[in-house]
Amino acid sequence: MKALSAGLRACLVCRSVCDATGVGAAPVRCPRCGAAVHPRKVESLARTWAYLIAAAILYVPANLLPVMQTTTLFGTSRDTIIGGVAYFWSSGSPELAVLIFAVSVVIPMTKMGALATLAYWAGRATGVDAHRLSRIHRVVELVGRWSMLDVFVVALMAGMVQFKSLATVEAGPGAAAFGAVVVFSMLAASSFDPRLLWDKHGHPDHA
Amino acid sequence: MTTVAEATLAACPECDELHIRRPLRAGQRAQCRQCGATLYREPRRRSDHMLAVVTAALVVFALANTFPILVLQARGVTNEATLLGSVAALWTEGQPLAAALVFVTAWLFPLFDLLALFLILLAVRMDRRPSFFAPLLRTLQALRPWGMIEVLMLGVLVSLIKLSRMADVVPGVALWAFIALTALLAVILSYDLRVLWRSEPRPGGTP
Repeated sequence: MKALSAGLRACLVCRSVCDATGVGAAPVRCPRCGAAVHPRKVESLARTWAYLIAAAILYVPANLLPVMQTTTLFGTSRDTIIGGVAYFWSSGSPELAVLIFAVSVVIPMTKMGALATLAYWAGRATGVDAHRLSRIHRVVELVGRWSMLDVFVVALMAGMVQFKSLATVEAGPGAAAFGAVVVFSMLAASSFDPRLLWDKHGHPDHA
Repeated sequence: MTTVAEATLAACPECDELHIRRPLRAGQRAQCRQCGATLYREPRRRSDHMLAVVTAALVVFALANTFPILVLQARGVTNEATLLGSVAALWTEGQPLAAALVFVTAWLFPLFDLLALFLILLAVRMDRRPSFFAPLLRTLQALRPWGMIEVLMLGVLVSLIKLSRMADVVPGVALWAFIALTALLAVILSYDLRVLWRSEPRPGGTP
């Protein structure tokens, strides 16, 4: 039985079960931790889509603009994320190339695709396989943060390589755009309420 | 009116299924029988053990930010870089957004996490519930996903390899401090903050 159909609500902050009989959809205040307790996350799907679209739009400049600009005696080179991956691949560190590719390309793309799938199914009326979809949601929330790796690498390189005439590394505008992609997709994942999937899930014990 | 049914009931945060609470032994966790999400857990470590770990982490955090992470040498020129130094370099290079993002996720939020947890555990240890207890614990839970020291650690290692091609790299004191901090944070993050809501001051502790 669902808490909601019993007139109860789970507080997502402290996990106590609050009595919400007779208040409709209005928020109640959790008596233990003081947080506002809603039946489901407020405007979950609208917020998820909004953050997701913002992340997808920013993903374009994040990949097209250079994240790093290296100036040496031999000239200046501007690297995009893919350029950085190619550099590692060709300079004898294929394992690092694979790592950067995974966290900067595979994880963000999969995460955005997965969240769009979840939000699409949660918005549908019936025929939702909540078992499989909720497992996807759990993985998505866990791995998203690792995409910040490349932003940290660029920041550290830019901070450290300052040999005036010999070599300098500067961050490019792509780094900020990529960081914003990570932030928006993390916000999208946390706005999504997986309970919406189960609300649409066909219950055998539905009475 | 609202009442807490904490002692007897638990609602799954991911699918809203209601469960009867059962006491657990240390290190055990209760799983939702419908979707498999973790309902609640009984930490392996006591809160005063955690206070010791958090204190150690604060000391290591100070070390990690005082000493250079890496020392770079190229043709007689030496460069030392700290985390905050890198952030400042990003800022002056005209990348304030990237600088702010790194500052917040790699420095401000992790520091806030440690300081807030220190105060909260101290209050639990002294059997008190000061007025800041609930709001501080709520803020701590909300900000926790945005602290990314472990991602920064991986970023430091990647830049180390990348930089060793350009110059002589000497690991600084802060590198070892960051490794220790990552290990301590792994212990801290595995401690479920929600048990702190459950603990009530012993009768007679405070009025």
